[in-house]
Formats: sequence, C-alpha cells, structure tokens
Amino acid sequence: MVSEVHNNPAAILRVERLSMKFGGLIAINDLNFEAKRGAITALIGPNGAGKTTVFNCITGFYKPTEGMLTMTRQNGEEYLLERMADFVITKKAKVARTFQNIRLFSGLTVLENLLVAQHNPLMLSSGFTILGLLGFPTYKKAASDAIEKARFWLEKINLVERADDPAGDLPYGAQRRLEIARAMCTDPELLCLDEPAAGLNARESAELNKLLLDIRDETGTSILLIEHDMSVVMEISDHVVVLEYGTKISDGTPETVKNDPKVIAAYLGVEDEEVVELIEQAEAAGLDNITAAVDLLSTEALHEIEEAHPDMAPAALIPSAPAKVRPARTTAAKKPAVKSAPEKPVAKPAAVKTAKPAPTKPAAKAPAAIKPGATANALGEPRGGKADRLFVIKGIGPVNERKLNEHGIFHFDQIAAWKKADIIAAEAYLAFDGRIAREDWIGQAKKLAKESQAKPAPKKTGGAK
Amino acid sequence: MADLQTTERDSVFAKAVKEGLLAGALAFGLFFLIVGFRTDQNIRNELVLNQRWGLLTIFVLVAGIGRFLLTAYITPWSVARSKNKRVAVEKEQSAFRKSFPKIGLGLLLVYPFLVILILTAYNGSMMGGLQGSLKYVDNFGIQILIYVMLAWGLNIVVGLAGLLDLGYVAFYAVGAYSYALLSTHFGLSFWLLLPMAGIFAALWGIILGFPVLRLRGDYLAIVTLAFGEIIRLVLINWTAVTKGTFGISGIAKATLFGIPFTPGPTGFAALLGLPNSGVYYKIFLYYLILFLALLTAWVTIRLRRMPIGRAWEALREDEIACRSLGINTTTTKLTAFATGAMFGGFAGSFFAARQGFVSPESFIFLESAIILAIVVLGGMGSLVGIAIAAAVMIGGTELLRELEFLKRIFGPDFTPELYRMLLFGLAMIVVMVWKPRGFVGNREPSAFLHKRKMVSSEFTKEGHG
Repeated sequence: MVSEVHNNPAAILRVERLSMKFGGLIAINDLNFEAKRGAITALIGPNGAGKTTVFNCITGFYKPTEGMLTMTRQNGEEYLLERMADFVITKKAKVARTFQNIRLFSGLTVLENLLVAQHNPLMLSSGFTILGLLGFPTYKKAASDAIEKARFWLEKINLVERADDPAGDLPYGAQRRLEIARAMCTDPELLCLDEPAAGLNARESAELNKLLLDIRDETGTSILLIEHDMSVVMEISDHVVVLEYGTKISDGTPETVKNDPKVIAAYLGVEDEEVVELIEQAEAAGLDNITAAVDLLSTEALHEIEEAHPDMAPAALIPSAPAKVRPARTTAAKKPAVKSAPEKPVAKPAAVKTAKPAPTKPAAKAPAAIKPGATANALGEPRGGKADRLFVIKGIGPVNERKLNEHGIFHFDQIAAWKKADIIAAEAYLAFDGRIAREDWIGQAKKLAKESQAKPAPKKTGGAK
Repeated sequence: MADLQTTERDSVFAKAVKEGLLAGALAFGLFFLIVGFRTDQNIRNELVLNQRWGLLTIFVLVAGIGRFLLTAYITPWSVARSKNKRVAVEKEQSAFRKSFPKIGLGLLLVYPFLVILILTAYNGSMMGGLQGSLKYVDNFGIQILIYVMLAWGLNIVVGLAGLLDLGYVAFYAVGAYSYALLSTHFGLSFWLLLPMAGIFAALWGIILGFPVLRLRGDYLAIVTLAFGEIIRLVLINWTAVTKGTFGISGIAKATLFGIPFTPGPTGFAALLGLPNSGVYYKIFLYYLILFLALLTAWVTIRLRRMPIGRAWEALREDEIACRSLGINTTTTKLTAFATGAMFGGFAGSFFAARQGFVSPESFIFLESAIILAIVVLGGMGSLVGIAIAAAVMIGGTELLRELEFLKRIFGPDFTPELYRMLLFGLAMIVVMVWKPRGFVGNREPSAFLHKRKMVSSEFTKEGHG
C-alpha cells in the first residue's frame, strides 16, 4: 500500500500511515490517502471522525504521533510536513489553510487582511523592513503590486466595494469567502479548506462551488476540503476520502463513495450487524437495488426531520443528510425494488415507515397536477426527470424554488421565456410584486440556460445520477 | 410653537428650582449634625461644641445649586447633544480633527519661545522671561515629552503587537545607565551613546522576549513585571558598578555638536553673545526630546505601512491565523519587543543627560504603570490619542502642584501635592468610563483601495499577550 502510494507522481500530497494520539484517545489511526495535483479532494466523515485533526497535522498545528506527510511542489521539491513548523509549511511548502471557525483579522480592513497574507514576499522586497523604512523604490513597487493582487482576489469574491471596511463588519458568507481569498494570497499550491460551506445558505453555497472550481481551473491550485454539505462535496470534488473514528472507510470518486454502504452506515448511524447485513444483501441483490434502498432510507430520514420541523424548507435540511436525499427526485419508480430486497433493513424508526406511503411532500409528488394559476409554459414534469437548480438565480430561495416547481417551472429556459403575462401570473403565486423584474430573473435565467446548454454536466444536482 | 417652547423651558426651570431647593433641604438635613457641629477638647480637656455654619452653608449650597444646574442646563444639553449626534454627519468635526496633529506639532515647535514671549511681556524684562520660562519648559514641556516618547515606544509593543508589557521601565533604566556608566567611565559623548543606549535596550528587549514568547495574556504581564523588578534590583545590589541606591551623579551634559552649555567663554551663551542663563540648555533639551519623540512617531507611522507593522497588528488580532499565513510569529514578537525597547533606551539616555544623575529610584514599577496607563488612556495604537493622554496625565499631575487656590477652599492645611495620585486615579476612572477604548479608539488603516475609513474600536482587539 505504502509503496504503491509512493510511486504516484500525480499526487501533490501523500499521507502515509498517519496516526495521532491525544493521551489514550486515538484521533487518527493509520491513515493513508493522497491528494492529486490539480484536483479537489474532499475529506468527509461524521462529527468527531478526526477530519480537522488530519488538517492540523498537514498544516503543522499538530505534530503527528506517527506517519509521513509528503508534499510535492510543482517544481519537484519534496517537503516532509510533519517535520516542519506551521508557518514554514505555508512559506516553503506552499500549503495554505482556512479555519472551521473563521479566523479573520477583524480589526484590520478587508484589504489589509489580504496584504498581511503577502507578508513573506513583501518582507523580502522591503529588505526586511530596513530598505522599506528608508523609502527604497523596490518596496513601493512591491507594495502597489500587492494591492493589485489583493484587488484581483477581491474582484473574484465580489468584495471590491467593501475593501476598506473592517473584516469583522462583513456578513458571515463574505467572511468565509474572504478567508479563502486570504489563503490564496499566500500563493499556495495546496489549499486546505476546513468546512468552507458551514453556515452558508443555498445560494452562497452555490457561489462557493463556483469560486472553488475557478480556483482549481485558473490557478491550478489543488484543494483539500473538509465538508459536511454534501451538495458541495458531491458536486465539485474529484475524489472523496471518508473517515470514521480516525480510520479511512472509503476512498474514491464521489459516485463510488456515496454508494458505499459503509459510508451510508457511518452517516445514518446503523448498528454494526446491520451494516454487515446490508452489505450482504447488497451483494446478493446487486448494486442497483442497494442504491435504491439507501436512497429510500435517507429520503425517509429526511421526511422524519421535515415532519419534526415543518417550518423549515427541505433544501435547508439537505446538508445534514447524506448524498441521495434531494427531495426533487422521484423515488416512486424505485420503491418496488426496495420492498423486494432488504425487507428488514434498519431498526431505525425512519425505516419502519417504508411500508406506508410517503407523507405528502411538496416536490417529490410533482407531476400529477400543476396548480392553478400556472404560467403558459408550465411543464408536467421536469425534462429528463430532473430539474435545474433554480435557486442559483439571485432572488430565488429554496421556498420559491419549491413553489415554482409546484407550478410546473423546472428549468432556466422556462423562466427565460417568460412574457409579461407569465411574470404577472408567477408573481401572483409567489406573492411578489415587481421583484422578478427588479432582480432580473429572466436575464439571469437566460444566461444560466445558455451555460447549461453549453456544458450540461456541472449543472447536475448533488442527488441525481 | 414658540409658546410651546417657552412653556417647556419654564417648566424645566421651575422643576430645576424645585429640585434644587429639595436637594438643598436634604443636604441640610444630612449634614446639619455631621458638619454643622464639631466636638473638640479644650485646654482643660473639656468637650466643647464648635459650630461650623459657614461650612454647612457651603455644603448645602453646593448640593442645591449643583442639582439646579444639573436639571436646568446639563441634562437638557446632553439630551439635545445626543439627539444631534444621531443626525449630524461626522464631517463637521473632522476638519479640526484632521488638522489637529499639524496644529499640535506647530504649537510644540514654538512652545518655548511662546512661553518666553508671554513671560517677558508679563514680567516686563527679557531676563525675567527667560528665568520664568525654565519651569514651563522643563517641568511641563520636557517632562511631558519624555512620557510621550516612552508611551509611543510602549505603544509598539502593547498597542500594535498586543503584547502586554508591565516592565517597560526596565528598558528606560538600561538606556539611562548605559549612558551614565559609559560617559562617566569612558567619557564618550552623548551623540555616540544615544544610539548605543538604544541598541543595548533593544538587546535586552530580545533577551526578555525569548522566555516570554510562549506566554500570553496575564502570564506574559507577570513575567514582564518580574523582568522590570529584576533590572531594578540588579541596579540596587550591583554596587561595584552602579553604586547602588546612591546612584551615579555628575553625568556629562549633552552638547550641541560639540558646543557645551556651560557659563565659560567657550559656552553656548558666550559664543552667541547672549546673557548667561541655564535656560538655553533646557530649550536645547526640549528640542532634543521633541526630535526624539517625533522620530519615534515617524518610525511608528512608517513601520505600520511595512509588512512587519501589519504583521504586528495581525498578531494582535489573531496569532494562529498569522501562523497559518506563513508569518514567523517568533521574530515578529521579538522585533516588536526590540523596537519598543530601543525607543525606551533612547528616552533613558536622554533622561540621564537631562538629570545629570540616575538612581534606581527613578525606575520603579509605578513608572511602568504610568506609561502603560497613558497608552491605554490615549487609545491603543493611536499616536495622537497617546500624546493627548500624556499631556493630560503628566501635565495634570504637574499642574496639581500649582493649585494654591485649593487651599482657600479646603483650608491652609491642604497640600494639593498629597492628593495628586488620588486625583490622578479618579481622572483615569472617569476617562475609562467615558471612553472605554481611550481618547482615540478608532484605528487608522495602513492601506486603502478607495477611501481611508477609520476602523471602529468595536472591531479591533486588544491582543491576548
């Protein structure tokens, strides 16, 4: 295993036999994985699985008890991270990180935050302060270059307007983005993000995805991220590593990982014997059935939560449940298969409900009846069985998305084709007046529709296959 | 409308009169027996009752008139002010505030001549003016500027880097003793020893810095406090070198590029054909300390725009985030200690040259506390605020020596000097209640993209050590 990992030149970071013990507690136990260059690697797992500990080991905030962490830079230099001090890792090995609880310099302005991140190159050009203090022109040029670089990243994260405000004054989502931009200002080759989507709403989360993909594609920075929000993980990551109790339980592409029964068991918290049973059944019945079973299980779990908190929009609940829970999917087709395969799947109350028909759920029951007052181009059901993520349009939240779906609007091009009468009709059932025009939904939708036609792949939702 | 206002005004006035009378009556009731009568023993050891109607009247009048003024004028004024404040744009004040440093600097530059001019006019003779100005230039001007410089030096450590240092006076002592010893033993000149004293103090700053690198907050404060005491005890007990509590006397005075300020034929006064007077040396010292203080300010302002200055402030905001950005916090802290200590050393050697005598008595903990209080009172990080605080604190305590009129109120036994520290403490409490973050709590950003906006004190942190 170790030697196999060792010979892979595409790996930017190799974690080999990593163990971390705090007294008697084993936080990480013999962990092996690698992050590929130019790829987004996600590290997922239930709470307390040791994800952040892995991060702290990689970035030097903890010294691992055992193991080797090899960072290979673009120029071929290799660094053993476990032997380096935390700040040297950022400076020499070019690994940058963000924190789970945002750690901005709240009393410095947004711009200053990004300038502090460029400390090391500026220090050199200011001749370790002495030349800069005497007013040498090299520092002046370097300083204005640094401001330009900060401006570039501010434009990327949409914060140019607020460059001179204190970082502590920004809203939460903007602080998250700023922290990522600040880490990028250190010119990293590997960017480690600790739960970048925590506390973000659906739209901010979608923006974050775009930002991360941009970073990967434009700067070639490899990304390693810890995340709970499955819509982020499944949509953008190229490779997923799953941890539970400090041990790796799954490793592979998002597709394989999310169908791995061990992963599902870890997330849903089933008893061990049941996992074994589930795996056996999976082997007996073939992969398709087990996927469907798991799918159903998680949907049921979601309904459970939905019933407990009727006031919450379903989309808001998604991050807490595993991959296959997007309610927009029609699960009806797969139900028979489930019933035939694992008859006694899980002891959880959620599973007991398998027998009785699912309670009324807004999106999943979709096609049958389009509500009255729908617009002219309403569809009976989404084309190809899956809807576009309408909340990408600024102004549409999860609740409005559901309302639109109920009225037969599933795709961007539908909104793009709206006429005046349609807008009036839509505003009537959305209880908006003038917002559609004000926020230019149609313009946004046209752009998004064009994009999705050009490259339909990334528009795929987290849940759909 | 006008009617309404007048009636309102009248009613406030009537209410104030009523409350004033009531307060007077209450005070009379309270103090009638306590203040109005006093029992004394006469020569035959008999108790006699003294009546103090005059004092009682003062008490009653103060209470009554005070209450009246408070209700009739002060409360409506402060209400109106707070109302206006909400409406008023900040720009109104900023015209004066912006030019305040320049006005202050101009005043400082002409201060000695201004004093001489005023006193000459007052006394009617040039000589009287010169001699009379001695007190104002020396006791007020130089004394305040020494503390301004010390506080600006400490500001680098406490205000910018957020490292609480309670032993700053140690560096002041190192500077003073370096000059005293090297000039008495080796006869080196002030201009050579001034930078050397700074270098020695900076070295001691680094020596102090090393053991305290790992400490934060209260622990750091305690260790720096201990360091200050150690230096003082070494000065007391190492009698072979420092002569212990006797101190070192007969320290050479500073010269103006080799021209001594002595009464002889080669002296400053004789060379310029001026009448003999000690005041020239004081004026020279005034400009010297003004220059040194401005040097401190200039270096601080320049450093804040350098990467090292930003790293200091970032360190104050969040040390862990600093390390994650590749900043070596060890060297950053040490440079803060060294730079702060260096200015302490400069001030120390100036102090020795001014006094002509140094002893450990001058470097007690109270000095450290006063310097720190000036920094906190002025607003950490703000040069203007600190200068104002130094003028108020040091000038205020000097002024208390002058207040002879207090004797007329409190009787001939009253010596205002004895109450100096009491009033000093009271003033500090009042200021901290009125302005919790010091006179100037806002932080000026070191760089800006669109517009330089002050960062409100609610976002900046004090540092954790």
